[in-house]
Amino acid sequence: MLTIKRVPTVLSNYQEDSGESRGCGRNCLGKCCLPVSKLPLYAFKSDARPEISSCGVDEPPSDFFLNNLLLGGWEDRMSRGLFRYDVTACETKVIPGEYGFVAQLNEGRHLKKRPTEFRVDRVLQPFDPAKFNFTKVGQEEVLFRFEAGEGDKARFLESAAVGEANTPSVVAINVSPIEYGHVLLIPRVLDCLPQRIDPDSFLLALHMAAEAGSPYFRLGYNSLGAFATINHLHFQAYFLTMPFPVEKAPTQRIPIVKGLSQSKVKVSKLLNYPVRGLVYEGGNTLKDLSDIVANSCICLQENNIPFNVLISDSGRRIFLFPQCYAEKQALGEVSQEILDTQVNPAVWEISGHMVLKRKKDYDEASEEYAWRLLAEVSLSEARFEEVKAYIFEATGLESEEEKIEPEENKGTTPHQSSTTAAAAAANHFPEGCLVLQ
Amino acid sequence: MVALTIPSIGRRAENTSPPSAAAEVMAGCSLRLIEQSLTARYSDWIAEALDEIQGCFLITDPGIAGHPIVFASRGFLAMSGYSREEVLGRNGRMFQGPATNRRSVLEIREAIREERTLQISLLNYRKDGTPHWILFHIFPVFGVDDGRVAHFVAVQVPIPRRSRSLSEARCGGARGRLFGACRNEVRSDCDLGCNLAADLFVDVDNRGLEAEESREASEQEKERASDAANSILSALTHCSKLTGRVVSSKRCRVGGIPTLSSSLIISLGRIKQSFVLTDPQLPDMPIVYASDEFLSLTGYSRHEILGHNYEFLNGPDTEVEVLHQIRQSIRAECACTVRLLNYRKDRSSFWNLLHVSPVRNASGKVAFYVNVQIDENAKSDGLGLSPHMRQLGVVGAVKVAVRSLSLCAGPSRPSS
Repeated sequence: MLTIKRVPTVLSNYQEDSGESRGCGRNCLGKCCLPVSKLPLYAFKSDARPEISSCGVDEPPSDFFLNNLLLGGWEDRMSRGLFRYDVTACETKVIPGEYGFVAQLNEGRHLKKRPTEFRVDRVLQPFDPAKFNFTKVGQEEVLFRFEAGEGDKARFLESAAVGEANTPSVVAINVSPIEYGHVLLIPRVLDCLPQRIDPDSFLLALHMAAEAGSPYFRLGYNSLGAFATINHLHFQAYFLTMPFPVEKAPTQRIPIVKGLSQSKVKVSKLLNYPVRGLVYEGGNTLKDLSDIVANSCICLQENNIPFNVLISDSGRRIFLFPQCYAEKQALGEVSQEILDTQVNPAVWEISGHMVLKRKKDYDEASEEYAWRLLAEVSLSEARFEEVKAYIFEATGLESEEEKIEPEENKGTTPHQSSTTAAAAAANHFPEGCLVLQ
Repeated sequence: MVALTIPSIGRRAENTSPPSAAAEVMAGCSLRLIEQSLTARYSDWIAEALDEIQGCFLITDPGIAGHPIVFASRGFLAMSGYSREEVLGRNGRMFQGPATNRRSVLEIREAIREERTLQISLLNYRKDGTPHWILFHIFPVFGVDDGRVAHFVAVQVPIPRRSRSLSEARCGGARGRLFGACRNEVRSDCDLGCNLAADLFVDVDNRGLEAEESREASEQEKERASDAANSILSALTHCSKLTGRVVSSKRCRVGGIPTLSSSLIISLGRIKQSFVLTDPQLPDMPIVYASDEFLSLTGYSRHEILGHNYEFLNGPDTEVEVLHQIRQSIRAECACTVRLLNYRKDRSSFWNLLHVSPVRNASGKVAFYVNVQIDENAKSDGLGLSPHMRQLGVVGAVKVAVRSLSLCAGPSRPSS
C-alpha cells in the first residue's frame, strides 16, 4: 500500500480529527436533520439548450445565480465568521513570465493541522461513514440546494422543504477558501457517494458552471490519489477574474475519425504546458460534452489512474489531467526542495493558481519553480499516450493522430491504424500508473 | 432565465415611462445610453461620418452595463445578415457559435481587459447559422480628458477559403473521411456534389490541424483591417473635436482622480444594482465609480458625482448619529448596515438601506469602500431574497472584481 503524509485542508468547520459523529440536534446534513429541514433551492432549467449551442440567442446571463445567491451567501457567511481566515486579506500576485502563474501567500490555511496519512494507490475506495464526510457539516455552511428543475426556466425558492424522498445536491462553503467564493458542490449528499465521477454528477457540475455564466467561475475535481482528501463526492468552485495559465496554453486538435460525428465535441492535447492533458470543448449540448468527459474520467478511475479535472469557460471547455505526483511522492521520487514547500498539486495548482504557505516561497516564486513543480505532476509522454489510448478506446473514439504526427507515436508502427493501436493498448492494459514501477 | 431577471430599483429614471414598469424603464434607460454613447462624444455628425467608411465594423461601449454594441456598419449588417436593431445593445458574443475556438475568445476577452489592440482569426456565425472565418481586429479608443477607454472598435475582414488551405487541411485525399467529417445536413445531401461538401468541410469542420486553430489571414487582409481601423479612428477623432471630448488611440495620463481600468468598469457594469465605490486613499474619499442604477435612484448624472464625496446624498433630516456610525466603521475598516434618510437631486427624500464595506485589492489592502443603496420603498426582487442578501451579493461581486483585476493592474492605473 502506498501512502503519503500531508496536512489535510479543512473544508468544513465540522471536520475534526476525532472523526466521531456528534449525533444530532444541530442541523447537520445527515439523514437525521436534512429531510426535515428547509433550504434555499435553485433549480436550473433541465432541458438546457445551453449557451453552448447558442448562436444568436444570447441574453446577457442573469447575474442572480452568481452575484446574489452564491457571492451574497458567501459574503453573509463571511460576516458570520464561518471562515478560518479572510482570504481577501491574503496577498496574491501574478508571477512574472510568459504564462502568468498566480501565487497566493496563505499562511493560515494549514495552521493547527498535523500531517495525516493518505492512501494514494487506490483511486476508488468505498465510502467510509466513520470518516469525515459532508453529512456531518452544519447547515449554516450550506448556501443552497442546486438541482435540475423542470421546463425551460430556472427557479429559485428562498425556502424549500427537503422532504424524506429527496437526496438534495447542495452547494456549501469551503471554510479554507483559496479565493473569494470558494464553494463545494456535493451531489446527492445523503447518498454518501464516494469520490468517483458518474455521468449525472458530472453533468450537474457542468450545469453549475453554465448557470454561473462567467468564464472566471470555474469548477474543479480531484480524484483520490490526486489530492482529494475527503472520500465523499464533491467538486470545488471559485471565482478568479483572470485567465488561468492552462487556459492560455496552446492546444492541438486530435483529429477524430469516429465517435464524435454527432456531438461535435472537439478533443485536443495541451501543448507547451508542464502537465500533459486533454482538452474537450464544443458539442451540441452540455450533455454531449459532459458524457464524453465523464466517460473519460470513468475510464481513468477504473484503471486506477489518478486525475484532476478543470471545468472552465462556463462549462464550454474541460481540461483532464491524469497525474502521478502522489505516487512519486510515496515512492520518494519527488525532490525534498519541492516537498518542503508543502504545495499539493491538485486541480487549482495544475491550472496555474499556486497557494504557498511560506513567505519565503511566495517572495521567491518564479515561473521556473511553478514549471518544475507541475512537471513532477505530469505523466511522461509515453505514458500519456498510453493513457490517452485507454480513454479513446473506452469512449469509442478513434483518432488519426499517428498519420499526422508519427513522431508522437513511438510505441506504434507508423502504418498501424488507430483501431489496431487501441486494440493493442487494450491487450497490455496495466493496472495503472503504479505498476510501471 | 427570464424569471430571474431582477427588476431595476431605479424608478426615477429621467425618461417618462410609468414607474410601475420598472423593467421597461431599465430597457429604455439602456437604449438611451446606447443611442447617446456615440453622439455625446462625437456629435450628431458621427453616424454620417461612419457610414462613409467601407467595411465591416462594430463599435462597443465598455462603460455601459453588458459592454453593448453601440454601432454596426452597413457592411457588417450585410455580411452578418442581422438588422441594426437586432445588434445594437447586444454583446459581441452573439456572433460566436459551437465551433468558435474558445481560446480565441479568451484572447479577445484578455485584449479587452488589458485595453490593447488585437488581430486574430475567428470563426463567427451569421444570422442564418452559417459560420464564416474573419480577421477580427479590435482596438481601444481613449478619452483624452480622463484617460479611460471610451469605445472599442472591432473591424472584421472576411478571410476567403484559399485553395491551398484545403490541401493543407491534410484530408490526404481520403474521400470517405471528407464525408465523414461533414455535418449531418451535408452528409444527407451528398448529391450536392463533392465541391460543395469540400467547401463546407473547410468552413464547418476544420478538422485539419491548421484549419483547426485558425484560418490564416493574408497580408492583404491584415492591411485592409488596419486601413479600415485608421479611417474609423480618424473619423472618431475628428468628430470628437466637435464636442470637445477628444479621443485618441493612445492613452494620455491624466492628473486628478485616477481612473479605473476599463476591465474593472466592465466587471462592475455587470452588477445591476445601485452602488458606488469610494477611494479612501484620496483626500475626502471621492466617488470613483457609480452604477447606472445609482444614477437612476438618485437622479444625478455620472459627471456630477464622480470625484465628489458620497455625503451629498445627505440632507437636513439625515440623522447625524448614523453618519457618525458610518465614519467610525470606515475608520475601523469594518462593514456596517444602516438605514438613513437621503435626498435625490430633486431634493425629494427616500429611506436608504445602506451597506458600506471595505474592499481589498490583491495585496490585501483596503482599496475602496463599496456603498450599496436600497430604496426601502422599492419593490422586492420578487425572489424572496432579503434586501440585505442582495446588498451582500453586490459586495461579493465587487470584492471579486477588484481583487482579481488589481492582480495585474491594468494600464489605466499606473500608480498602483
